[in-house]
Amino acid sequence: MSVLELQEVDVFYGDFQALFKVSLTVEEGQTFACIGANGGGKSTLLRTIAGLQRPASGQILFRGEPVDKYPAHDRVGMGIALVPEGRRVFPSLTVFENLQIGAYGGRKGDWTTDSVMELFPLLKPLVKRQASSLSGGEQQALAIGRALMSNPQLLLLDEVSLGLAPVVIKRIYEAMVHLVGTGTTILVVEQDVQHVLTVADYVACFLEGRISLEGKPSDLSSQAITAAYFGV
Amino acid sequence: MSAPAFRIARSTRMHRYVLIGGVLIVAVLASFPLWAQVSFLRTMVTFFTLLALAQMWNLLGGYAGLISVGQQAYIGLGAYGLWLIGDVIGLHPFIAVFLAGGLAVLVALPIAPLIFRLRGGYFAIGTWVVAEVVRLVVANIQATGGGSGKTVVSAARLPIDTRINGTYLLALFVAVGSILLVYFLLRSRLGLALTAIRDNELAAQSSGVNVFRAKLYVYLISAFGCGVIGAVVAMNLLRIQPAAAFSISWTAYAMFIVVIGGFGSIEGPIIGTVIYFALLQTLSQYGTTYMLLLGVIAVVIATKAPRGLWGFVVKRWDVHLFPVRRRLVLEEPPKPESPAGAGASAPVAEAS
Amino acid sequence: MDWVNVAIQGVLLGGLYALFATGLALVFGVMRMVNLAHGDLGILAAFVALFLFQSLHLGVMWSGLVTIAIMFVVGYLLQRGLLNFTLGSDDTRPIVVTFGLSIIIQNGLIMWFSADSQGLDAGRIENISIRINDQLSIGWFPLLVFVTSIVVIALLQTFLNRTKLGRAFRATSDDREAAELMGIDNRHIYGLAMAIALAIVALAGILLAVRTTFDPTQGSFRLIFAFEAVIMGGMGSIWGTLIGAIVLGLSQTLGSQAFGSGWGLLVGHLVFLTVLAVRPSGFFAKTVTA
Repeated sequence: MSVLELQEVDVFYGDFQALFKVSLTVEEGQTFACIGANGGGKSTLLRTIAGLQRPASGQILFRGEPVDKYPAHDRVGMGIALVPEGRRVFPSLTVFENLQIGAYGGRKGDWTTDSVMELFPLLKPLVKRQASSLSGGEQQALAIGRALMSNPQLLLLDEVSLGLAPVVIKRIYEAMVHLVGTGTTILVVEQDVQHVLTVADYVACFLEGRISLEGKPSDLSSQAITAAYFGV
Repeated sequence: MSAPAFRIARSTRMHRYVLIGGVLIVAVLASFPLWAQVSFLRTMVTFFTLLALAQMWNLLGGYAGLISVGQQAYIGLGAYGLWLIGDVIGLHPFIAVFLAGGLAVLVALPIAPLIFRLRGGYFAIGTWVVAEVVRLVVANIQATGGGSGKTVVSAARLPIDTRINGTYLLALFVAVGSILLVYFLLRSRLGLALTAIRDNELAAQSSGVNVFRAKLYVYLISAFGCGVIGAVVAMNLLRIQPAAAFSISWTAYAMFIVVIGGFGSIEGPIIGTVIYFALLQTLSQYGTTYMLLLGVIAVVIATKAPRGLWGFVVKRWDVHLFPVRRRLVLEEPPKPESPAGAGASAPVAEAS
Repeated sequence: MDWVNVAIQGVLLGGLYALFATGLALVFGVMRMVNLAHGDLGILAAFVALFLFQSLHLGVMWSGLVTIAIMFVVGYLLQRGLLNFTLGSDDTRPIVVTFGLSIIIQNGLIMWFSADSQGLDAGRIENISIRINDQLSIGWFPLLVFVTSIVVIALLQTFLNRTKLGRAFRATSDDREAAELMGIDNRHIYGLAMAIALAIVALAGILLAVRTTFDPTQGSFRLIFAFEAVIMGGMGSIWGTLIGAIVLGLSQTLGSQAFGSGWGLLVGHLVFLTVLAVRPSGFFAKTVTA
């Protein structure tokens, strides 16, 4: 049974349609990458799966059960955790409190503040600092750690490399490799194609709300990907 | 291929009918002193002042997005202004009415930059504090009659016909004037700035709109209007008193009228005043029950139908009686790629 | 030495104002909403306590405790049943709705209880003074109110800083949507915030009722004083609200002493306007914009 399945999902922002009958399947333990230019609908996809957006039609199945009727705050307890675009750590809370709040509505499991800080050692000296004073890379690590605190079965990562220096991105992806190794199912959205293809088992390219290309990275040529990315 | 020639149009044929109708209605109303009873004239003065008040409150709240719970400060100042300029200084009361509006503006001028530091709900309470300050000052000074107030002698001394009819026509003038004032304001650059600010203040500011100045002008205009209204009310009642002149009830009435009739339109407050007035005539003997009912209706409508009665009409039938919006009109049809040809003045896009 | 007595009275009065102000500040902090009916809800609580005291013959203490519990529930239901639906991108709706609520409560109270002044008789405790020396004495009850306000604020601050739910409050205040992603139901959090706010303002209303007389129209004044305390103290700081309240209380009592009893309130307002002009973000602002 797949962890996540989308069936012909349409999503609108007011009058504007962001996703057109999108269907995809994510298997257990898989790292599924969504790439594509801005406005392609990738963030909308993650927000809809997390429950911040409602599909106008179509179905979303998590572990075979439809999740559409559950509001966002219930989905964490089911095992879906989103690291939102722009990090969005809680600025007035400390690093430690941010991690604590990650566990608020989550499930029991192996992830604790200690194990998260093993994954991101750069957070260890920052434990008592207010999250608003952290750099972009530190906030990104914190945001991922915060999501892990809920012990998710499905981790959704939205543009984790956005606005970060290459050195920092490298470190984030090193941590991601380790994550992949623990068997967590990951659905990652990225504009940075190079990095994400190194960790992905499967990739789907989004163009203006539709999947223009999908497959295993090894099966897809870079020309095909470029063509699908830009829609030429 | 050149772009099709176009012009910006404001009114349609319907608007011309509305204009004619409006003029007729005003003419009929102006004739009332010739044949209507005194008590009826006095009731109509109340109607006109409520209508004008609603327009002034809506200008601030519905168009500029500044919900004020303290316009009674300027109503009271207008009332006391009438006494000050008419009795103490000695000018003719009919002139004093408009100068009283000027007094209100003088007070509003230093107040505005102060309360503009607050936003939203805190701005609202801030306006209330201002009203309280003015009330306390007036109530504590013996020269203005303290808590028991004063009689407006200069108005009381006028021959009774002049006073009754004059007050009536003044009130009618103020009501029509307030409508025209809002109308021309909205058609001006200030009106465009207000719409931009209401939609997105930050974006408006980055587009070059001087937000502070726009809000200031609107605040001053509203203060002037409320001052004049207060003076007219004082002329009608002949007595001024801090508790009544600066009462929060003025805000309650204005808010109720605009909530029911509709925010952000000229038609809304007119309809709201008619409804409110009808309710007033039938239910006012019930005092507190009446106010309670007003509160309940206001809460229900504000929650369920925030655009008010006129908003519902606009949504359903897209009717606009006052031509404040701008429409794009093509002078000639574009080169037709499809067989459908548009008429020479077919409206293409509407922008408000 | 009279001035010292008056100053002490002012500081203690600040304690009462702080209790009225804390709920207002909490609600604004968590959901950016200003409740124009806040003061009236405090007065409503005073009337509820009066009813329990007079008609059901519960003692003052029990009337008070039961009232606080009732207002806690009322706050939760009010927020989830009505006020949650007014929140959104439009700033004006909560103002209009809570103003309407204020009118409903005031007129409802007049209808039920009449417009007369009332008092809650707590017996001798109201009038006992503590003599410090020949010229100085402090009212026992005002001191009690002041200490209560400090305790309540300390408890609230501890709740916000040290508990899981308090953390959820702060997270929701920071970023409502991200908080949803953590499993925090903001409708519930808003309901609890209003419940706590009304419980505190109920306490304030009851203490007011014991200390002095009250009537259905008092709510507006309480709201204005609470608001002035919050603005002077600075947005986002609950302890700052206490300082703002003390400044207000001092201004009022010293103003009364200096210029006569009718001028005390006015001096308080003028001090507020001065602070607004000179230091608009308040004494201890944590957030710079209102």
